[in-house]
Amino acid sequence: MKPALTARQAGLLSCHVCGQLAQAPLDANQRSRCPRCAAPLHQRKPASINTTWALLVAAALLYLPANLLPIMVTSSPVNHQVDTIMSGVIFLWRDGQWPLALVVFFASVVVPLLKILALVYLTASVQMRSRHRVMQRARLYRVVEFVGRWSMLDIYVITLLVALVQFRGLATVDAGPAAVAFGAVIVLTMFAALTFDPRLIWDPLTDSETADHD
Amino acid sequence: MPADSPNPPAPLVACHECDLLQHDVPIAPGETARCVRCGAELARNPPDSLDRTLAYTLTAAILYVLANAFPLIGLELQGRYAEVTLFAAVRNLWHIGMQPVSALVFVTAQLFPLLEMLMILLVLVPLRLGRRSPRLVAFFRLVLSVRPWGMMEVFLLGMLVSLVKLAHSGSVILGTAFWATAALILILTLAGRAFDRRVLWRMSHPEGA
Ligand SMILES: [Zn+2]
Ligand SMILES: [Zn+2]
Repeated sequence: MKPALTARQAGLLSCHVCGQLAQAPLDANQRSRCPRCAAPLHQRKPASINTTWALLVAAALLYLPANLLPIMVTSSPVNHQVDTIMSGVIFLWRDGQWPLALVVFFASVVVPLLKILALVYLTASVQMRSRHRVMQRARLYRVVEFVGRWSMLDIYVITLLVALVQFRGLATVDAGPAAVAFGAVIVLTMFAALTFDPRLIWDPLTDSETADHD
Repeated sequence: MPADSPNPPAPLVACHECDLLQHDVPIAPGETARCVRCGAELARNPPDSLDRTLAYTLTAAILYVLANAFPLIGLELQGRYAEVTLFAAVRNLWHIGMQPVSALVFVTAQLFPLLEMLMILLVLVPLRLGRRSPRLVAFFRLVLSVRPWGMMEVFLLGMLVSLVKLAHSGSVILGTAFWATAALILILTLAGRAFDRRVLWRMSHPEGA
């Protein structure tokens, strides 16, 4: 592999907002700000690995109530139906609306789970300073960043249905406690993706080169 | 690691995803510069960036007003009719004890998209009028921190899913706000494509550079 020089190796900090390069302070504990946009400068996002772990553990714990508790309660004179996320998907599927069932299944069940698992894999590999599949992991992080937001789908659907279907005596829709847990899972995984620093994926490559040169 | 390396030569940038230092080469209009190591987008040069971004964002602001002033969806069920605006739906969630969810919907579908548009206008209008100030650049940091949380496109899909679910129970009417939201997302996408952040960075004057 041909030697590549990173900003960190050159003793430079790059601003995460505007990309301006600045000299790293001699004292590593000294806080510095971007000379152009005044954003705080860090070599890497501070406490990235530990913060990401903490957020992921919280998200994984809440993923259970989000999927096991009722998320929507539909009442009409003839029936009273309590739905979890998954039973809502199955209902749509049985109803013959399988494209919709697939959309909701992916957005509400698959995406949050895969996002948690992908970030666990990325954080663990970074912590172990893995030098394998670097490019694949960089791509995985981009996918995680991009798809995570689509989990909000079910939250918006519930918001609209609960507000709209309030015909007393005919049909009413109510939100269940899983909505709160599910919303928390989305927020926690979004923060986890934001606190993860993708540059940590690449660091082991240049670190070993520096060691070779010394 | 030596911290006393020489000052960086001007035309260097570090990739924001892998930290590789590379030359900040000029980009032809319409072209994109990518990191040679990880392929992350480093910079783009959309033609006529400032004017186009301003025009799109102003259009978006008008559409935003329509999307929030009018009902999104109406539902008719056995002679009874109900319709809902976005804010009414948010307020309803709050009153039935779902305050955290209500706040999340409010922030992601209503507040942050509005803040993002307003802040872009607040920065770009003075710039268009020829006023240059590093303080505007500092202010623009806020735009970048609210951006990941604006999810109007997901909300649009949420409306579509709701429509299909409701189609059983009664007759569904698409409100003005539904179409305004759809148009808004299209315009915001165009605004995002037209915007070149380097326009902002150029107007600031870093100390000691
Ligand atoms: Zn900066
Ligand atoms: Zn890169």
